[in-house]
Amino acid sequence: MLAFLVRRALGALWALAGVAIVVFLILHLSGDPATVMMPPESSAAELAAFRHAEGFDRPLIVQFGSFVLDAAHGDLGLSLRHQQPAMGLALARLPATVLLSAAAMLIVILVGVPAGVASALRPRTAVDYGARVVALIGQSAPTYWIGLMLILLFAVQLGWFPAGGIGDWHNLILPAATLGFFSTAKIMRLTRSAMLDVLAADYLRTARAKGLDAGHVITGHALRNAWLPIVTQLGVELGTLLSGAIITETVFAWPGVGRLAVQAVFERDFPVVEAVVLLAATIFVALNLVVDLLYAVLDPRIRYA
Amino acid sequence: MAATITAPGAVPADAVGANSPWRVALRRIGRDPGAVLGAIIVVIVAVCALFAPLIVHTDPNAQDLTATLQPPAWLAGGSHAHPLGTDNLGRDLLTRIVWGARISAIVGLAVVAIGGSIGIGLGLLAGYQRGWVDALIARITDVQLAFPLVLLAVAIVAVVGAGLGTVIAAIGLTSWVQYVRVIRAETLSLREREFVAAAVASGATSGRIVLRHLLPNVASAAIVLATFEIARAIVLESSLSFLGLGVPPTTPSWGGMLADGRQYLDTAWWTALFPGLAIMTAVMGVNLLGDGLRDALDPNSR
Repeated sequence: MLAFLVRRALGALWALAGVAIVVFLILHLSGDPATVMMPPESSAAELAAFRHAEGFDRPLIVQFGSFVLDAAHGDLGLSLRHQQPAMGLALARLPATVLLSAAAMLIVILVGVPAGVASALRPRTAVDYGARVVALIGQSAPTYWIGLMLILLFAVQLGWFPAGGIGDWHNLILPAATLGFFSTAKIMRLTRSAMLDVLAADYLRTARAKGLDAGHVITGHALRNAWLPIVTQLGVELGTLLSGAIITETVFAWPGVGRLAVQAVFERDFPVVEAVVLLAATIFVALNLVVDLLYAVLDPRIRYA
Repeated sequence: MAATITAPGAVPADAVGANSPWRVALRRIGRDPGAVLGAIIVVIVAVCALFAPLIVHTDPNAQDLTATLQPPAWLAGGSHAHPLGTDNLGRDLLTRIVWGARISAIVGLAVVAIGGSIGIGLGLLAGYQRGWVDALIARITDVQLAFPLVLLAVAIVAVVGAGLGTVIAAIGLTSWVQYVRVIRAETLSLREREFVAAAVASGATSGRIVLRHLLPNVASAAIVLATFEIARAIVLESSLSFLGLGVPPTTPSWGGMLADGRQYLDTAWWTALFPGLAIMTAVMGVNLLGDGLRDALDPNSR
């Protein structure tokens, strides 16, 4: 177990180093970073001064070395627009994104799992078909369009919730439902198929045959054995939610990391873009590590050599 | 001789006849209503993409500033000249939706061509060579998986500049990972089969074994994956266009139309409803077809 832990942690570190390399290369191999970062109307002298100030006139390998050293300390330079540390800007936006993702996750669990169970318990009935059609829509419709349609229905037509911004829980409902829709559909489908597998097993027939009541058979026997793939997938979906937050936050003007990233892209504020990418990758890698470990803890049958 | 030696269950490269695995799969799809519906939708989208100028006769960029934000024909104020209404520049929504199928189809197919060839190639290489080649490819895969894909695509487009080519490259270069994992696992188990041993014994080169014996046997898994990747690419392209990082605004694309329509949600909901329905229907069709293909090609899956 310890060896597995060390190996996975080293792998995670390498993945982060790789991300740093790719981020650096994207910016430096696509052309002169000075012309990318500076306004198009800048004069040659301004560009040269900028290059010198940012150290872009040094050899590439030296620049990469100092980039990695600084990045390891969380220092990605100053935002070109706000003149504040880029990583600080990204971190300041993190709580809003975490709140939104957590709310979406709650919807995924509270809607996706029960709907999947209900669907598996009554296959080929109206409940089953209804849940599957909603799941199909959730997996096919783009997140931002779901968001627009929810705004149209609940904000513009019915006036129940605000169309955007941050405030009390009213502001959270529509963005969280939008962000969680895709993952809810996925978890519902997975729960359904995991439950169908378990429901067909011999030990479940035994449990029913010895006269246990139906509710106990489902929660105590079926769900207990079906939940492993579901929990694992929930971990993966947390990553999907964080990634999807980019789009959802833009639609709902939600002041999180994703909206910051899109704004930074349009303002050509590359230190901020780098900071967001590295921050997101770090969270991603840490999440995957936790999911792996959780899997090993939850399933005693899994042994890591 | 080597090419004709196959183990039971393996698909010979040149399998033909009434009971070839591909024919069996096709018959299974024909009996699956979801897959048939998916296939019909995909054909409709393909026809729109190929023959857009023959289906709708108006120019997708023709503006009529006397008829902006006109509602669909069945609502008060609508006209039959614009069955689904018009946008803020008076452009016909139906025309632009039909033309928009073209961008989605091009992006979907090009992304699969890029991502599929990289991913299948690396997957075969990793699974067949194993050892350090496998380890190296696994490390590269780990890095790619550490990126939130939407963010990576946004960053690439931001640096290189928006445009159809950039969008295809950005999505294509983020889509190969899925193939590597599946194809590598398939190859690892296939290479232990008798037909590979027979090919090795008969003196076939590694290249020949991989291309003539392994590739045809991972094809069904690759096709299923490719279908789902087309769906993902269509959604991602429309998301980039929605953010203003996709194809230029004059090119009719479903995501770009939604970006325009977003500003008129409270006055002209149809500008945001219909392009989204088009995306959802197209993606649903591809997904249904993918589900059907998976069930038909892999009898063990549900």
